[in-house]
Amino acid sequence: MTTLLVGTRKGLFVLDGLPGSRFEVVGRAFVGEAVDYAMRDARTGRVFASVTSSFWGPRIWFADDPAGEWQPASGVSLPRGGNRALKRIWVITAGEDDATMYAGGDPGVLFESRDSGATWELNRTLWEHPTRPQWQSDSGGLSVHSIATWPGEPDRLAIAISAAGVWLTDDRGTTWRHGNRGIVPDYVPEEGRASALNLCVHHIERSPARPERLFMQFHGGVYRSDDAGESWTDIAAGLPSDFGFPVGLDPADPDSAYVIPVSTADRLTPAGRVGVWETRDAGSTWTERTDGLPQSDAYLSILRQSFAQTGDGRSLELYFGATSGDIFGSADAGTSWFCVATRLPSVASVRVS
Amino acid sequence: MAIVTLRGPLQKLVGDRDNRQVDGATVDELIHELERTNPPLEGWILDETGVIRKHINVFVNGERVKQDAPVGADDKIEILPAISGG
Repeated sequence: MTTLLVGTRKGLFVLDGLPGSRFEVVGRAFVGEAVDYAMRDARTGRVFASVTSSFWGPRIWFADDPAGEWQPASGVSLPRGGNRALKRIWVITAGEDDATMYAGGDPGVLFESRDSGATWELNRTLWEHPTRPQWQSDSGGLSVHSIATWPGEPDRLAIAISAAGVWLTDDRGTTWRHGNRGIVPDYVPEEGRASALNLCVHHIERSPARPERLFMQFHGGVYRSDDAGESWTDIAAGLPSDFGFPVGLDPADPDSAYVIPVSTADRLTPAGRVGVWETRDAGSTWTERTDGLPQSDAYLSILRQSFAQTGDGRSLELYFGATSGDIFGSADAGTSWFCVATRLPSVASVRVS
Repeated sequence: MAIVTLRGPLQKLVGDRDNRQVDGATVDELIHELERTNPPLEGWILDETGVIRKHINVFVNGERVKQDAPVGADDKIEILPAISGG
């Protein structure tokens, strides 16, 4: 049995099912509210949801059971009396220490919790970074959306900001440096590309089996880093489009990655066909996986947090959701796919509980 | 002091007591004082810039007012989510 936490524009949906068959909606929470992200921290069992209430603003909530009592976490806000307000929390990630957690959001902010997510504190160094005036929002805001911890090394993080590139720290966020070498923003005039800070990273994932390796889906580009995010190599050759949002990987195989290319023009699956593209050689070659996925009249928008995985190797399960309310899954590492659910509200995030 | 009525999630945050007396010569002062004396409410009505959240309405004696509206002793204040849909 696999349980999915699905954040949607109209609340949190909890789905249960056996891989290969349709899943059942077994729970809902935050009915009618935008749930941008939801996850379970495997260390504590605690479930977290990022909820952006149109009335009461953005907030992180937590519960021991999605069907139980949810509590608002404290400290998830910007300095009071300033001229900026928190807009949204896009991602929540378990840290490497027993009780550490991270959350990223808009406007380009990172929060840290040292008590398993009950209270949070703004990372001031990033908030007050002298380059911040040069950071640029994209159409979705100015978002910390990817937080890549380093297995066994709690002080090392890589985060990605759309659109302010990759940032690295080796001292738990006391200092930050760019990790953007090799990224080519083709939306910037050629003369300004080397120094551009408005780098629209869509998603990064770190390979737990080889932590110095990361994969990136960029706003026009797919990249791999073999030096912990300091520099990046273009690996988009062979893909039908270098545009997309999520990246997935097989935790057991550092040469694996999955992307879902979309059309540059409309950010939808191209030609009405849905395909997940897989590499098993670190991006040298790509293979399209379509077995079980719609191959006609399917124009899906798949957001960056809507690709999830559990297990590894041959038992790797993959799941992705679309703003159409469809969710698809694979129980064989992407070789074949099945329909998990249809007709949900617009899907913002999918995570395996 | 004005009498503030809270409903829904705001009421739940402060222990299900719906009415409380709060000091303030304007709506702005009153809400800041309400948050100061009821810390769980911080950030729910005002955002970090001190502005009433976009889809929150404040009523004084049944009339929807702006943040700088005056408040008199014994006025009845209600803080409600706005109409929404879609």
